[in-house]
Amino acid sequence: MLSIRNLKVSIKGKEILKGINLEVKAGEVHAIMGPNGTGKSTLAYVIAGREGYEVTEGEIIFKGRNILDLSPEERACEGLFLGFQYPVEIPGVSITNFLRTAINEQRKYKGLDPVPAVEFLAKMEEKKQLLELQEKLASRSVNEGFSGGEKKKNEIFQMAMLEPSLAILDETDSGLDIDALRIVATGVNKLRRPDNATIVITHYQRLLEYIIPDVVHVLFDGRIVKSGGKELALLLEEKGYEWIRSES
Amino acid sequence: MEKNQNNILEEVTTSDYKYGFHTDIEMDLAAVGLSEDTVRFISAKKNEPEWMLEFRLQSYRHWLTLTEPTWAHIHHQAIKYQDIIYYAAPKRKKELTSLDEVDPELLETFKKLGISLDEQKKLSGVAVDAVIDSVSVKTTFTDTLSKYGVIFCSFSDAVQNHPDLVKQYMGSVVPSHDNFFAALNSAVFSDGSFCYIPKGVRCPVELSTYFRINAANTGQFERTLIIADEGAYVSYMEGCTAPMRDENQLHAAIVEIVAMKDAEVKYSTVQNWYPGNKKGEGGIYNFVTKRGICKGSHSKISWTQVETGSAITWKYPSVVLMGDNSIGEFYSVAVTNNFQQADTGSKMIHLGKNTKSTIISKGISAGQSNNSYRGLVKVIKRAENARNFSQCDSLLLGDKCGAHTFPYIKAENHTSIIEHEATTSKISDDQLFYCKQRGISSESAIGLIVNGYAKEVLMHLPMEFAVEAQKLLAISLEGSVG
Amino acid sequence: MEASIVSTIYDLKEYLSGIFADKQLEITRNDTPFVAAKRAKAFEVFSRMGFPHAALEKWRGTDLSRALNHEYHALPEPPSPELDIDKIFKCDVPHFETLLVTQLNGWYADRKNLLHVYPNGMIIGSLAAAFGKYPELISAHYGKYADDNAEGLTALNTAMSQDGIFIYIPDNVTVEQNIQTVNITDFKQNLFLNTRTLVILGENSHLRLVQCDDSINHDVTFINSVTEVKIGRNSTLDHYKLQNKDDHTTLINSMYFQQDEGSTLSTNAISLNGGLIRNLSHVTMSGSHSSAEVYGLYLMDRYQHLDNQVFINHAAPDCESRELFKGVLDDHASGVFNGHIKVHRDAQRTNAFQTNKNILLSDKASIDTKPFLEIYADDVKCSHGATIGQLDAEALFYIRSRGISEANAKILLMYAFAADVINKISIPELRQRMDDMVKKRLRGELSQCEQCVLNCSSHEQSRVEFNIDLSKI
Repeated sequence: MLSIRNLKVSIKGKEILKGINLEVKAGEVHAIMGPNGTGKSTLAYVIAGREGYEVTEGEIIFKGRNILDLSPEERACEGLFLGFQYPVEIPGVSITNFLRTAINEQRKYKGLDPVPAVEFLAKMEEKKQLLELQEKLASRSVNEGFSGGEKKKNEIFQMAMLEPSLAILDETDSGLDIDALRIVATGVNKLRRPDNATIVITHYQRLLEYIIPDVVHVLFDGRIVKSGGKELALLLEEKGYEWIRSES
Repeated sequence: MEKNQNNILEEVTTSDYKYGFHTDIEMDLAAVGLSEDTVRFISAKKNEPEWMLEFRLQSYRHWLTLTEPTWAHIHHQAIKYQDIIYYAAPKRKKELTSLDEVDPELLETFKKLGISLDEQKKLSGVAVDAVIDSVSVKTTFTDTLSKYGVIFCSFSDAVQNHPDLVKQYMGSVVPSHDNFFAALNSAVFSDGSFCYIPKGVRCPVELSTYFRINAANTGQFERTLIIADEGAYVSYMEGCTAPMRDENQLHAAIVEIVAMKDAEVKYSTVQNWYPGNKKGEGGIYNFVTKRGICKGSHSKISWTQVETGSAITWKYPSVVLMGDNSIGEFYSVAVTNNFQQADTGSKMIHLGKNTKSTIISKGISAGQSNNSYRGLVKVIKRAENARNFSQCDSLLLGDKCGAHTFPYIKAENHTSIIEHEATTSKISDDQLFYCKQRGISSESAIGLIVNGYAKEVLMHLPMEFAVEAQKLLAISLEGSVG
Repeated sequence: MEASIVSTIYDLKEYLSGIFADKQLEITRNDTPFVAAKRAKAFEVFSRMGFPHAALEKWRGTDLSRALNHEYHALPEPPSPELDIDKIFKCDVPHFETLLVTQLNGWYADRKNLLHVYPNGMIIGSLAAAFGKYPELISAHYGKYADDNAEGLTALNTAMSQDGIFIYIPDNVTVEQNIQTVNITDFKQNLFLNTRTLVILGENSHLRLVQCDDSINHDVTFINSVTEVKIGRNSTLDHYKLQNKDDHTTLINSMYFQQDEGSTLSTNAISLNGGLIRNLSHVTMSGSHSSAEVYGLYLMDRYQHLDNQVFINHAAPDCESRELFKGVLDDHASGVFNGHIKVHRDAQRTNAFQTNKNILLSDKASIDTKPFLEIYADDVKCSHGATIGQLDAEALFYIRSRGISEANAKILLMYAFAADVINKISIPELRQRMDDMVKKRLRGELSQCEQCVLNCSSHEQSRVEFNIDLSKI
């Protein structure tokens, strides 16, 4: 699904990622952990194609194709989804309108006709139920005036609607109370299929009690310094990041 | 790789004007230039009574004493008032009695514009007065409306058939000496719409006037007068287009609205005069005086405008809040692109007690255009408990355009509360990236964000117009995106 | 003291023109050719423009015709070298350590020692003396920032001002003391005065400057004051303008600030009394990464008129400006605020914010506010807000429900309203004194100054404490 080879990234000449190697297969859930400022969000943004990052070396192969030359929207149409740590407010644009535009543009990319309105609304209802969302999302503007929890739930809802092959969830658990955390985690678990994959970026082990990862990576100072099973997360929780610091 | 941001902006902000065709119709024209003779010619053409001619002549003589205002944030070449044709009308063979007798070329014109003059198409539920160049060519639904006592006809017809109403109200809101362009209009106006809603009547359909400049070298000077008697309600819509021509054409209109006690008038405009080409050549000079007076207590006048056209827009739809507890509203989206210049806003004059006004203005500038909000909120001494809220936002697309805000706030009453807020910003890179990450192209993303930005205003338009306005915003800015 | 009489029986402009011609020698006696040339050119501009009138956009709210309709004397003689300035003026703000620079009728007061050069290189003294003594500094800065072509009165000042204050701070100097300039008028007859200040800050320098305007007698006075300030690279200026003039005074105070890269300006105009005051703060940010804070507070009553004009000229990228002006207007007082932010095409990443809040206390008071934005760059964050209103009725009720009289409750709320601006004063002693003065002013105890703007007889002992939520105001 995704393989990253020796990825080196700089921002304004300062190297942030210093040679990342990562292999994610279909059906897997990977967790990337690490202290603040070690490059977790940078990695997510670079995979999604955000401007302002200079890839100095390495490649990102997604579904067998190097995507470094693709625009963010092309990557999205290829099936890549980024759940933002800080979802952006777009005043006046309803979620319905936003998602319908997104889905239709993705369909156009694949040579499909736009989705009929009725079908689209039915799908929205279905996904809302799947995620046990109570909110009247449809008529609200994208993220405008949303609480932190609502923004994150809305990210998961968009993920459900767009059905990506690979979802990267950047600190989706930050700022969530326990109920919102459960809803987010349930969503991720319900949407998990043999043909898709998820990368969960998190600071705390807490989320991994709800989303069981197949592989846990520890990102430190721009490198993945340790990889292991879900028990690695527990070990980290117990020993703290200082332990990694001393190890590396 | 990523397309350069500016290229995309350029692409989405430079689409073509689709109403730019012109129609070959046999025209009746006045001689070029302006003199007392021109004024007399127009008046004679329209077979006007003496008092009307007198009104025109007085206005003309006053106009001669005035000079063009220079305070607006606009720049243009001097308008040559002697090079303009002040009267142009499609030739009528005889009085029209049914649609079949309208020039087929004309019908074709309106069909191209997407306007139904066919009374069979009642589904649309809109009564239309179509004004081409200077003359009202057809008013639909007249019979249906007359059942309710609603008068909706061309201004010329009103002068002939309802002289008392015209005499009483014409110039009562915008006096002929109000300003340079109002004086000019009062001298040479050729036609326009007239509307009277009697006491207690809620006008059953939306009324609409469609203005079209067709002939070359002509100016259009139409005049609209709307009177809502006690407890009446009407929703009125105005649309405008013009052919693409290399020269600048002058449009100087007047709209007057009178709302009596408990009456409500909702006036919506989608202004899409030809804006000129991408080099800034041609386009309409749109100098318009629009003003309503809330004469009676508890009356309400609401202006909503979507301004996408014209090379120059100079227009400040205003409300004089005379009646106690009356309400004035102004909602505006103004888009300027290429070399367009807009200086537009509103005036809210609080004279009565407990009067309330709201101004929401959304400016969008692209290309090398300049977009200014200019407004006045004035509260006089006796206007106790007056309230105003103004919000003026500007959105800049590109780094060669300008967005300006010039609000004037004058308060003489210590019980009044006035709040004014304004922001200027651009579409953030974060917003664009967020949309793109969901698979939405830059073009669509800009369209989506701009429409979201304008939503607060668009929602005040009648349904039929809102759809058109949204499309127009799309055409004005989005280019390839439908 | 001798002076020429100006009467409006004749046209004041014409009369001043006559004086300009007749008294050339007197006016230009300290001029270098550079200054003389500026004068001549400025006079041409004034001859063309004349006095400002209501048809000018920037003068719509302020009518000078009454103030100009007096017989004035112009060109007062310099004070005698024997003058003991301490006898006519003493600043008594407790613990307010300042380096006092006095001016009498526009002339630098210490006639025995016209220019002081301090060990750190700082120069303070008479502007007229500096013309000849420091020609390089004068030709580099004098008349460079004030815009004669934009304001007729500024041109008149350039043409006719004979002296003023000159302050030069060299590179890398942090001035520890507060510098306080006091402009005293004492003439015993109606006076039309043009006075000028030039402040030059080099690079990496820091200065706190307090400018006070005072009158000693109560004759009709028209003061046309122009201040030019250059703030060099990475320098900071903390500037205060304190105005407590009597009701017979017209004070036209035009301040032009020019900011170089990385510089910081904070200027605060506090107007407590004055017949007619017009403050212009013209800030040009010509270097990137500079910041300007422009604040103002005005408490006006009777027939007083106050006009604050602010023009922030964002000519370089990555700069930030903040404006906060608050005013309370009572009786027949009238106020004008005209805030104009201009962001040039290349001034990308500009942040510019502007707020004007007004409270009208009587049904005869009026306010005219124009918060303008003129923006030609797209990567900007700009906002402005203006409000006109009254004291919050709910807050008023809340305070009264705690047993405080309505009158005191109103004072409390007005004080809280004004405190926003007072709290921006970074010199603690000055803040304390302004705080006291605002309270006295609000109680109606401070009708006019006796001597100094800061010269209040008693120090406010009991600070009013607030424990209520005044966030709504």
